[in-house]
Amino acid sequence: MAADLENHLALKKLWAFDPEALENSQVFRGEVTLYIRPSHLIRVCEFLRDEPGLKFSFLADVTALDLHPQEPRFEVVYHLLSMETAERLCLKVRVSGETPRVHSLVPVWPSANAFEREVFDLFGIEFEGHPFLRRLLLPEDWDGYPLRKDYPTEGYR
Amino acid sequence: MPITLEKIPGQEERVILSMGPQHPSTHGVLRLVLELEGETVIRAIYDIGYLHTGFEKSFESKTYSQGITLTDRMDYLAPLSNNLGFCLAIEKLLDLEIPPRAQWIRVLLTELTRIQSHLVWLGSHAIDLGAMSVFLYCFREREEILHIFEAVSGQRMMTSYFRVGGLALEPPLGWLKLVERFLQKFPQRVDEYEALLTKNPIWRRRTQGIGYISAADAIAYGLSGPMLRGSGVDWDIRKKQPYSSYGKFDFKVATRSEGDVYARYLVRVEEMRQSLRIVQQALEGLPEGPVKADAPHIVMPDRESMKTSIEALIYHFKIVTEGFHPPLGEVYQAIESPRGELGFYMVSDGSPKPFRCHVRAPSFANLQALPKMIEGRLIADVVACIGTLDIILGEVDR
Repeated sequence: MAADLENHLALKKLWAFDPEALENSQVFRGEVTLYIRPSHLIRVCEFLRDEPGLKFSFLADVTALDLHPQEPRFEVVYHLLSMETAERLCLKVRVSGETPRVHSLVPVWPSANAFEREVFDLFGIEFEGHPFLRRLLLPEDWDGYPLRKDYPTEGYR
Repeated sequence: MPITLEKIPGQEERVILSMGPQHPSTHGVLRLVLELEGETVIRAIYDIGYLHTGFEKSFESKTYSQGITLTDRMDYLAPLSNNLGFCLAIEKLLDLEIPPRAQWIRVLLTELTRIQSHLVWLGSHAIDLGAMSVFLYCFREREEILHIFEAVSGQRMMTSYFRVGGLALEPPLGWLKLVERFLQKFPQRVDEYEALLTKNPIWRRRTQGIGYISAADAIAYGLSGPMLRGSGVDWDIRKKQPYSSYGKFDFKVATRSEGDVYARYLVRVEEMRQSLRIVQQALEGLPEGPVKADAPHIVMPDRESMKTSIEALIYHFKIVTEGFHPPLGEVYQAIESPRGELGFYMVSDGSPKPFRCHVRAPSFANLQALPKMIEGRLIADVVACIGTLDIILGEVDR
């Protein structure tokens, strides 16, 4: 586990690849999180997937956070895994609450398909370029996005 | 409106078939929409959500400790694995050290859970493909494991036995004898299952070459667990990113390179044998000592001390009424559940309830490979492919 950010390999390589792509980075309990600029997301992910020495070939998870009432309201969270180095990396993209929209990662990792549909279903974040962006867990005619913080736990009455 | 497939113009003679959600071979409430030409599946999509319970939303309104009982109900065939993943994530947030005895018992129980889950899988997979007797054998042994769980936690399935900071209780006297007795019996029993299936020509014809997934596809589709190892990828979180002292146990990661239903069957059978080895080692090397971490503001005090010590009483009151406050931060903790990578993404805002708790369910990701496995194949193979995925709909839908 890479504990300090300065010597973190993925961060260094990404910095050399495209310093513009990085917004911020943080480390907590040895887990590194990189904030990526939304416009650079696909480029960065392809780089992280293919770069020798990194090879984050496995997208473990996609989810989101609702920071309501902050703005930008949402953070889309990607958990990557490199089977070569046994390292994990967390990427985050900030998304505004008015037009929650971010590029789909299905072209980079096919596994993003169902994960992104789930986020769309429960948070209402749209993924541009997703091949089949339909509700997944809830019925098609469901009203609202349950995992948003302004959605009551008991549902609308 | 349920999801359905549109007919392609010019191909009107094709049949759109809705399979499930009540079909017995879908292992719960999975619905498949299949486009058929004769008996061949041309296109397939899956429709899930029939068991959606909103666990992730519920976590946000419960304290960390209360959330444990919800985790049992997600993957109901591996409740202890879920307990473990959830507790480990919170313990990582808190930076809490767990005493070795608790870690060892956790390993022991999660490996028994793996055997138990694989037994249900083997039995139901075999019955789907027409081998009735295996089912009865498997459930006989599963019952013994459930008896062990009941003896230690009071519950056969919804155990909630792992708590933040260790275990709920010290296991009762004589409990280890139960495990020992099971250990002596079980290796021959695995031989029995293998005698019924491994060389059985009908079994082989139904499983070999069916549901092929290459190693590259397995990684690209986010498969994990036996699904990944059956395609020849040597990846097991217990080995590569050890948690809860797994690094101290000697076991082999079962892999096969064929990538078909038969290979995954062999992987899971081998995993049962390896789990048995781990249980054996955990039993032999079980350390003495406490089963709860030394953190009075997080771990519930013993009943006895509450009667004599005012501090214990105050802590008990605080934990029950309010809960504990992890620091600001977020962690992702993955464990190797019987089905693959079970990840808990836990975000704390400093309050006693999680700001967000997301579950990366292995079944949910593994299900994505299903259309790829069945398109272009016969409809009879669909049943074999659903079985080999080993999905639990409680976990898929959450």
